[in-house]
Amino acid sequence: MNQILLKTTGLSLSFGGVTACDGIDFELAEGERLAIVGQNGAGKTTFVNICTGYLKPSAGQVFFDGEDITGLSPRKITRRGVARSFQIPQLFAEHTVRECLLIAASARRDNLGFFQSIDRSVDVVSVDETLKLVQLAERSHLQARLLPEGQRKLLDVAMALVLNPRLLIMDEATSGVSSEEKHGLMETLMQALSERNVTSIFVEHDFEIVERYATRIAAWIAGKIAADGPPKQVLEDPEVIRNVIGG
Amino acid sequence: MFIRLVTVALIILTVIIAHSFPWLKTPVIFSLCNGLAVLGVIVLIRAGQVSFGHAMYSCAAGYTVVFLARAYQLDGLLLIGLATMVATAFSALLGLFIVRYRGIFFGMLNLAFSMVLYSIISKFTTVTGGTDGLSFSRPQLAGFILERDAFETALLYMVLACALICGLLAQRYFESAPGQALGAIKTNETRLEYLGISAKHVFWMGYLFSGFLAGLGGSLFAIAQGLVTPEAGYWVRSGEFVFIAILGGSGHAIGAYLGAFIFEFVRFYAAALLTGAWQITLGIVLIVIIFLAPEGLVGMLTRFRLPARR
Repeated sequence: MNQILLKTTGLSLSFGGVTACDGIDFELAEGERLAIVGQNGAGKTTFVNICTGYLKPSAGQVFFDGEDITGLSPRKITRRGVARSFQIPQLFAEHTVRECLLIAASARRDNLGFFQSIDRSVDVVSVDETLKLVQLAERSHLQARLLPEGQRKLLDVAMALVLNPRLLIMDEATSGVSSEEKHGLMETLMQALSERNVTSIFVEHDFEIVERYATRIAAWIAGKIAADGPPKQVLEDPEVIRNVIGG
Repeated sequence: MFIRLVTVALIILTVIIAHSFPWLKTPVIFSLCNGLAVLGVIVLIRAGQVSFGHAMYSCAAGYTVVFLARAYQLDGLLLIGLATMVATAFSALLGLFIVRYRGIFFGMLNLAFSMVLYSIISKFTTVTGGTDGLSFSRPQLAGFILERDAFETALLYMVLACALICGLLAQRYFESAPGQALGAIKTNETRLEYLGISAKHVFWMGYLFSGFLAGLGGSLFAIAQGLVTPEAGYWVRSGEFVFIAILGGSGHAIGAYLGAFIFEFVRFYAAALLTGAWQITLGIVLIVIIFLAPEGLVGMLTRFRLPARR
């Protein structure tokens, strides 16, 4: 059994009368590729936001690699090896694609030259490799705000990847990406994550992607995990079919 | 490449003016000093923040110069170094508090602190000379006692050297990791945090650098003028720095000096030719620049590219 990387106990959070997270007990082992599925408003992104420090839970705890990270800031959680991409891509709009990745790469180093060009103070090789990985190498000179939606998503994921995290959380990474490119992108991403030994969680609505790339699925319904297990088992669960897939 | 040519042209022009038109030495010195302070404002504009009180650091440096000069008759270089350190320390201290704020709150907090400083300086007449300010004798420069003409020429070259070095340093800072992260504050501070970078720390470092630049400009200005008054820290002065920063553009460090030169010389000639209406002239110049080149003079320049060689 692999080491438990992420664990939550009794995690809860409500917004007014809406329970977004209802006593979630959850464990993620190193090396897993977990897909989180559920209808809009089921609490998937809220769970991700709590685990990454954007929101504080009203109850419960989050542990990363055995350390209690409940309530820590996003910056501190990122520094511990958790990176994420966002439902709405969070980019540096006026910087070029390459500059966005260079800034991300600079976060991996503590001592940075105040008067040294960023190209010389970060690992440019890994930046260029990541650009090729997400197929943005030919657009590296463009300002991020000029990218079409799908490529903005890719850049968002790339900025998280370049941090060399132990856990990468992707929130709807393929939404906005064309159907023809989705599978190719996920194939490349998952291969890269395997090579780099990165555990991943991806929130996803496309069940083809989920079935193909996840080693495990957790289905969210009304703030709770309704089903959790291998893809085939979860996707055939009657409650999941009724409330999530909609069959 | 084009920017480099403009920089070289500006340096050559400065030297020519200094030797061919001696009466223009002082405006050129003042332009370069103001350019340094404006460069400090540009550092913050790159983070999307505008300070309406940065003249307080120039003022703090200026009064440090005058107090030390009157008390100890120190060499000019030492006065500049110490005064700049005082201004930098002042910005480091205030910055710890101010960099927690953004937008209009950041702008107004800087203004508020600058007005507190202005009031203190204006009221403590026995110490600061009040609104009349304090003057001091021409100091030695690097151990040399110089007559007025020689002093001005030496000061011109010194200020030019400082402007060039600080311009290069600023440009290198803009291209560095901390400088790029500073620019990212403008567009997405949340993402910086999610990369593990402290936006507050990055901003504070930028604020420190901007305080240093404003302090250096203020100390050189004080040495050039031989007199410091509370007006050096008044909000109007800070507003001029912002005006010049917009005029010159924040896309490159040279913008600070271009803007400062245009501002100083338009004011100089407009005051001489259109007494009482020089502000209108400056205002019209700024309006025209904003319409034609919203990114300032630097923005206009960077649109020009030399044709590629075959």
